[in-house]
Amino acid sequence: MIINHPLLGPRDAQEFVYLGDASLIDRPDASGETALDDFHDYLYLRDNPAGSHKELWFHEQGDRSWLVVTRDTRTHEITHVELAFEYAKRRGRDK
Amino acid sequence: MRYSALRILLEGIRGHTGWKPVWRDPAPQPDYDYIIVGGGGHGLATAHYLAKIYKKARIAVLEKGWIGGGNVGRNTTIIRSNYLLDGNEPLYEFALKLWEGLEQDLNYNAMVSQRGILNLCHSDAQRDAFRRRGNAMILNGADAELLDQHQVREMAPFLDFENARFPIKGGLLQRRGGTVRHDAVAWGYARSAYSHGVDIIQNCEVTGFKIEKGLVKGVETSRGYIGAKKVGVAVAGSSSRVMAMAGLHLPIESHVLQAFVSEGLKPLIPGVITFGAGHFYISQSDKGGLVFGGDIDGYNSYAQRGNLPVVEDVLEGGMALMPMIGRARLLRMWGGLMDMSMDGSPFIDKTPIEGLYFNGGWCYGGFKATPASGYAFAHLLATDAPHETATELRLDRFRAGAMIDEKGAGAQPNLH
Ligand SMILES: Cc1cc2nc3c(=O)[nH]c(=O)nc-3n(C[C@H](O)[C@H](O)[C@H](O)COP(=O)(O)OP(=O)(O)OC[C@H]3O[C@@H](n4cnc5c(N)ncnc54)[C@H](O)[C@@H]3O)c2cc1C
Repeated sequence: MIINHPLLGPRDAQEFVYLGDASLIDRPDASGETALDDFHDYLYLRDNPAGSHKELWFHEQGDRSWLVVTRDTRTHEITHVELAFEYAKRRGRDK
Repeated sequence: MRYSALRILLEGIRGHTGWKPVWRDPAPQPDYDYIIVGGGGHGLATAHYLAKIYKKARIAVLEKGWIGGGNVGRNTTIIRSNYLLDGNEPLYEFALKLWEGLEQDLNYNAMVSQRGILNLCHSDAQRDAFRRRGNAMILNGADAELLDQHQVREMAPFLDFENARFPIKGGLLQRRGGTVRHDAVAWGYARSAYSHGVDIIQNCEVTGFKIEKGLVKGVETSRGYIGAKKVGVAVAGSSSRVMAMAGLHLPIESHVLQAFVSEGLKPLIPGVITFGAGHFYISQSDKGGLVFGGDIDGYNSYAQRGNLPVVEDVLEGGMALMPMIGRARLLRMWGGLMDMSMDGSPFIDKTPIEGLYFNGGWCYGGFKATPASGYAFAHLLATDAPHETATELRLDRFRAGAMIDEKGAGAQPNLH
């Protein structure tokens, strides 16, 4: 698998470490009323779709940036790659 | 038809004209008391024990393809009960005891071969961990022996003992572990379930559940609607997809695991051997092929094939452990879908929907559990209470903080 790094261009997936569903960026509010349930779902439950999946990859043997990769879990085809901090910013995170 | 040596002799004389199909291919009835979704090892074993031990009737197994076409026919056939934690070990040991009597129970040759499984250790710390694991196994009624380097040398002189990076210091041996012919497990359970009145319905994909006021009424399938009082789901790598149709969100990710087989060789590898420094395990099939595997590919996947980095990693592990296999030619490699759970341990539990039960999260280790998983799931379906060996395999264990994390790796499915 080749991941098209937004800064470095096409890189072998072997240089990366996989973390999982990009929903891990959407950390729940720890002071909210429903924090216990929210954190349970955030930590332990996964959509696990057969199809398009947004997921976090860490370029450990490269520039050590976190990427959000959109990949089809049925074919391993990658349709989009972006820096995780840009993705997070769009979702209202400050960093 | 009962199978026996006499039967083979008679059929030999009659030119093998008397053998009959071992299960019927029925059309689905409008409704059943029990529907099992998934005709893999676990689903078929559940149907067998539900009918034979729990004396239930009006049972159907619904399989979207053909029985045995899933992981039960793709795995590397290893059975063992060398787990550490109390939530797991009793179930796996129960499974091993059932394997020991399986062929008599099913009247079917599943080629259960207790040739032993040897886990190698390469450091003092690892030996300590194995001593602890072995003691936990013995406390749960399993067998375990700690071997020193000399004893390992006697068993497997061909290993690379003097490897500079990972010298072999000893190993944990479970003599009762071994291998079983995986396809025969599916066929043997199917034949027995059928002979106890179970309908085995192939090419019947479940496409939805009918749920009214929190109560399951039946399933939608590619062959029409089928009513049911109770529905048990055992679909391995498809768990998330199938349970999502009932509105449930699971602590599971699907991953692909690869396996490999070499050309046939003369008897070479005495039992099952696992490398303790990388992920590599190997045994030799009765046909002579070296059967081996290693890690999952490591990212969510529904493709029943893997990628090359893991192939390289597995083969490097093999070469580090037993350099002699470098000259064997690889015959085939393939992949299967694993339902990797958040703590690496399975689930056999009720769901919040009345009458809907779930069996899954078996990761890459569900084959060895097949008899006990089926038994415990049948117990749950029949009695609405967990079997004594499966009380901790609950869907809500993360909320309760009662994870069963053998590796201590945390909520990270690709690390288990
Ligand atoms: C390469 C590999 C090596 C392995 N090695 C080992 C090993 O050495 N030891 C060990 O203990 N375990 C091993 N495993 C794991 C083991 O094979 C699985 O955990 C176990 O087989 C899963 O249970 P099963 O047999 O019921 O699954 P399966 O045989 O996969 O059965 C599930 C069935 O559900 C069906 N299904 C899915 N969706 C639907 C639907 N909507 N409607 C109807 N039916 C549906 C599927 O078609 C499938 O037949 C290995 C797995 C793989 C892939």
